Amino acid sequence: MSARALAPGLLGDNSADLAQERRRENRMMLALTLPALIVAGVLMLVPVGWLFSLSFVGADGGLSVENYSRIWTDGAYVAIFVTTFKIALLVTALCVGLGYPVAYVMAILPERWSRLVMLLVLVPFWTSLLVRTYAWLVLLQRRGVVNTLLQDLGLISKPLMLVNNMTGTVIGMVHVMLPFLILPLFASLRSIDCNLTRAAANLGAGPTRAFFTVFLPLTMPGLVAGTMMVFVMCLGFYITPALLGGGKVNMIAQRIEQSVSLFPTWGPAAALAVVLLVLTAGFLGASWLIVRRLKVEV
Amino acid sequence: MESHIPHRNRLWLYALTALVLIFLVLPTLVVIPMSFTSANSLAFPPPGWSLRWYENFFGQEKWLSATWVSLRMAFATMVISTAIGTAAAYALHVGRFAGQNPIRGVLIAPLMIPAILLAIGLFFVFARLGLLNTLTGLVLANTLVTLPFVIITMSAGLKSYDMAQEMVARSLGANRLTAFLTVTLPQLKLSLAASALLSFIIAFDEVVLSVFISGGDTATLTKVMFTTLRDDVDPTIAAVSTLLILIATLPPVLVQILSHSKEPKA
Repeated sequence: MSARALAPGLLGDNSADLAQERRRENRMMLALTLPALIVAGVLMLVPVGWLFSLSFVGADGGLSVENYSRIWTDGAYVAIFVTTFKIALLVTALCVGLGYPVAYVMAILPERWSRLVMLLVLVPFWTSLLVRTYAWLVLLQRRGVVNTLLQDLGLISKPLMLVNNMTGTVIGMVHVMLPFLILPLFASLRSIDCNLTRAAANLGAGPTRAFFTVFLPLTMPGLVAGTMMVFVMCLGFYITPALLGGGKVNMIAQRIEQSVSLFPTWGPAAALAVVLLVLTAGFLGASWLIVRRLKVEV
Repeated sequence: MESHIPHRNRLWLYALTALVLIFLVLPTLVVIPMSFTSANSLAFPPPGWSLRWYENFFGQEKWLSATWVSLRMAFATMVISTAIGTAAAYALHVGRFAGQNPIRGVLIAPLMIPAILLAIGLFFVFARLGLLNTLTGLVLANTLVTLPFVIITMSAGLKSYDMAQEMVARSLGANRLTAFLTVTLPQLKLSLAASALLSFIIAFDEVVLSVFISGGDTATLTKVMFTTLRDDVDPTIAAVSTLLILIATLPPVLVQILSHSKEPKA
């Protein structure tokens, strides 16, 4: 401590006490984190660790990697991964296409209008997931609102199959995920200095060129973060595909649930769960690195 | 952010935004008229009007008991999660001890782990411990998933708070706890209220955990809704949903109105 150097005779005897006091204080602070740490540690690490160890137990009860090798060799498992990635990519792309304009408009509108748009984005965000899933069932089923409307307008002669399949799943998932893309994107759009695009316009860039060469690169950190979050959440999504897919859409989470509830086969389910966790961690880590890099470059 | 492009050149952008907003908001609004239908089916518009599905909700043990379980579970989760989360956030903010970052990481991690993974993991562990289908198990699991929100919210609040004020109180003779409770906490009350509200709503709305680890007498409202939606489509769900929409939309709308009326006129 610098005080000791200033007045060695005065404070010298105290420094040992102060150091001890500081150690005591830090021990107390550590103790304060303990209740939360115990809850998180026991309830998260024990189940995840257990799944991890289960995934290495073979059908005969011995140690093996057969659960993992099956994931890569069994066509049914490969199909599940293909479906999951296809849906996650499609939903993420739709969210970017629909969400970017909304976040952009929110950023350029005057404060009070921007707040209204924000409120309308937040209302579904606050509404229970099951309520929204039910709403899509009402809208999309054979005699639902959308089919009735299209038939009354004479656009179709027979009701379309919009639910209990991939279409319904994707529509429902986009509805759930859109706010998760719009909100972080809006946060990053709002902080952009508009003088930069104005400068680009002054220097002769048209609106399109100014957008793609100046504005879009500046929004990349928010866009990457939002996109990755949506994509990762899609990979492990259970509720909406289970209800709007009508049992016909088989994603990783559905398969894990089936192995647990239908057959007492924990090994393959645990292996799938571990792969899902690794994928999630991998994509989140990658997006973190990309965002950090982009921010440094800007 | 302003823009140099006149608004009329952006009409297509506004139109697209309006369509997306309709896509976001309309589905939940369709549920409200559905709840007053007299039919057993999902036909829209409803062939006739009645309150039978509300009577069904308020008259059936299954729905009332599930609502009561959810309310008690969410309340207990809110109290525990806010208390231990606030303690941890405070300690991580004030203390200088080894392992701070790993501890913060462990407390935030449940946010990143897919819910299905936590759900089956907890299902397995709770089955061994006899915590399946118990209120205790539900509260523990929901405390785990709400903790990150409390930690993040309280840490943000603490960052904008000047710790010197607590030091002053302590130098004037207050002990640490008194200084925290009378000086620090009152200034963090917005973050505290946000944490409590968030943990209540998240716990009340949590579906995946409930589907796996609750059942029987402790089935939550979301579990009963999920199984009803999966097995047969019963318009009682529309009545429940309408009640939930009302509860969910009132706070943000009120906040918007209140914050708007408080603003000085420009």
